Amino acid sequence: MASKSQKYEKFSAVFLLAGLFFLIVAFLILGLAPATQVSNIPDKVGMPTEIPGDFQKYYSSLEQYHEGLLNGRDVYISEACWHCHSQYVRPVSNETLRYGPVSQPGEYQNKLNLPQLFGTRRVGPDLSRESGKRPNDWHFVHLYNPKWVVPQSVMPQYPWYFETKKVKINDGKDERLEITPKQEAIDVVAYLQWLGLHVSSVTHKYYDNDAIVMPPRN
Amino acid sequence: MSNSNSESSLVPYGLVKAHLLISVVFVFVAVLGGMTYAMQFIDLYPFKAVEWFSPGRVRMVHTQAVAYAWIANAFFGIMYYMIPKLTNHRVLSEKLGWVVFYVYNVLILATVVLILAGFGQGLEWAETPRVLDPFIAIFVVLLVVNLVTPMWKARSKPFYVSVWYILAALIWTPLVYVMGNFLPEYVYPGSGGAAISSMYIHDLVGLFVTPIGTAMVYYLLPVLMKRPIFSHALSLIGFWGLAFFYPMNSTHHYLYSPIPMWSQYAGIIASVGVHIVVYTVVFNIVATIASDWKEAIKSTEIKFLFTGTICYLITCIQCAIQVTLSVQSIIHFTDWVVGHSHFVLFGVFSFWAFAWIYYLIPRLLNTAIYSESLKSWHFWLSTLGIFIMQFDLLSAGLVQGYMWKNLAPFIDTVAASMPFWWVRAFSGMLIFVAQVLLMINIYMTWKQSRDSAPANANLATAGA
Ligand code: HEC
Repeated sequence: MASKSQKYEKFSAVFLLAGLFFLIVAFLILGLAPATQVSNIPDKVGMPTEIPGDFQKYYSSLEQYHEGLLNGRDVYISEACWHCHSQYVRPVSNETLRYGPVSQPGEYQNKLNLPQLFGTRRVGPDLSRESGKRPNDWHFVHLYNPKWVVPQSVMPQYPWYFETKKVKINDGKDERLEITPKQEAIDVVAYLQWLGLHVSSVTHKYYDNDAIVMPPRN
Repeated sequence: MSNSNSESSLVPYGLVKAHLLISVVFVFVAVLGGMTYAMQFIDLYPFKAVEWFSPGRVRMVHTQAVAYAWIANAFFGIMYYMIPKLTNHRVLSEKLGWVVFYVYNVLILATVVLILAGFGQGLEWAETPRVLDPFIAIFVVLLVVNLVTPMWKARSKPFYVSVWYILAALIWTPLVYVMGNFLPEYVYPGSGGAAISSMYIHDLVGLFVTPIGTAMVYYLLPVLMKRPIFSHALSLIGFWGLAFFYPMNSTHHYLYSPIPMWSQYAGIIASVGVHIVVYTVVFNIVATIASDWKEAIKSTEIKFLFTGTICYLITCIQCAIQVTLSVQSIIHFTDWVVGHSHFVLFGVFSFWAFAWIYYLIPRLLNTAIYSESLKSWHFWLSTLGIFIMQFDLLSAGLVQGYMWKNLAPFIDTVAASMPFWWVRAFSGMLIFVAQVLLMINIYMTWKQSRDSAPANANLATAGA
């Protein structure tokens, strides 16, 4: 090999130029620059300033509700819901018809998006516009066992977020399971109903074939 | 390359052996996790409604085991072998090496347990629980110090291509780890965090796995073929191309997301630049093998290297196609991407690591491999499995992508994916069985060496 090229085969060149310099340049351009650019965008969503009607029976104060949202988010992380559900709507592939308005950076600047949960796979539908699409009860049943509401679903069941007990009915002749959500389940559903709350006037009219069976509440 | 006594003091054989043997156990754990998760999709999940084996958690264990338990352990072991051989200097401290080995693997076990207990972190490829991140960072730094020392001692001379790759990767890895695990978790929410997180997703593969994998081929192939690599100049272009283009690819993982569009364009352009890297590397490897085709075809190790290289070529051509915005609009979020990831981490880098394992384990244990035919079966089943899986998931991706675009009800697209998920589970089964064969083969080889241990104990215990 020519001796000229040999200086690029030495410790110092590889260490400083390849190892440090190129990586730092890339980090500045593709990591820090976009991050700084969007961190100047004000948070368009904010934490809710009141408890939505459906949740007033579960949370007694606004702080408790906020706490619940954060906990719900944590469950969403620990169960890796985000590996099967994305949280942003793209401007292509008719996603605005299916899910709602295209996602903007300003929608993701609050603390419920630290860390961000964009996701990279949609085994199930995008959830960033989920708010108001389904009633809470649907969500509870779906979380307990998705097949009970969507028979072909491949979503896992999460019964450990529920209390089950047998109760006697018909004067003790029959038994029935009574399933009540634990706090975690309530928090997850609160979180799901928060996702896209700021655009919840949007309906899903082009997509809702199962909503005919289960219409959204309002 | 036989192990004489003088070499055993240069290379920390015990460490090489320990890392490689445990990596074989972990590759089993990794495919077991993947296989289990695949069952969820065909409605045969074995642990329905069991909290600790909730499919989402098992998925995180699967990817973490692939990256940090299997690939990292195998690569660490192989680096402990390559670096002293290439620089003619020892690592800084073998004791430190053992401390890192034990602590690192305890951290891996803790990762598995804590993820199953519900403490996974919400960042892709960085699901290691938050409490463990700082410790992993510290021990990765220690490993780097240990391994960079011999290169530093040999700094006055130009290095062989493998050393450039390893040196650069060792500088990148800790920086990338700290960046990817802490900034998006604690500092930058939303799109900014996603931009940084995408750097981590990309750089873990691009700046840790890829360069070390390439270094491994550039070392092992000439040894097995008993001839030098085809072109030194090409390897130079390949290396500097990687160093320049790879770190800039990242945003292509979140195209059409709310990350500023200019940075998405930059990511796309740099991704196309990666082709320079890939074609030089692939051409170099294939030309080296082609120079003595008949010899090569006989050796399972070379078959692993060659097939891995073909997979590398295919994934990278695929990358250039799928990184364009028009293709992204269809295939993003679908199984296409899942197919791509499996092809990269299994078809390419695991195959290269298998070649090394079959090359080193018999030498380290001072005995012949237990069964040549198991080895061959491992190769063919893995190859068949990964190619079926790739083809199947790419097709599934197209079906899902177009159905979504055509506004089919979501559940119909799930139903339409079902046959593809069955095929995926089947191909996963082939891969799973293949890894069981690997485990059996390595275990029996180890046992065989144990039984004849007193006769040739010098190497087997050299590092401990
Ligand atoms: C294995 C992948 C997978 C995981 C993990 C998963 N889901 Fe799903 N999810 C699906 C699929 C598939 C559907 C579509 C079928 C259905 O409605 O059940 C779905 C649907 C949904 C829906 C209904 C969306 C709509 O409006 O149609 C919600 C809400 C939901 N999931 C929430 C969650 C939550 C919360 C978690 C975590 C606790 C979770 N999912 C974990 C696959 C998954």
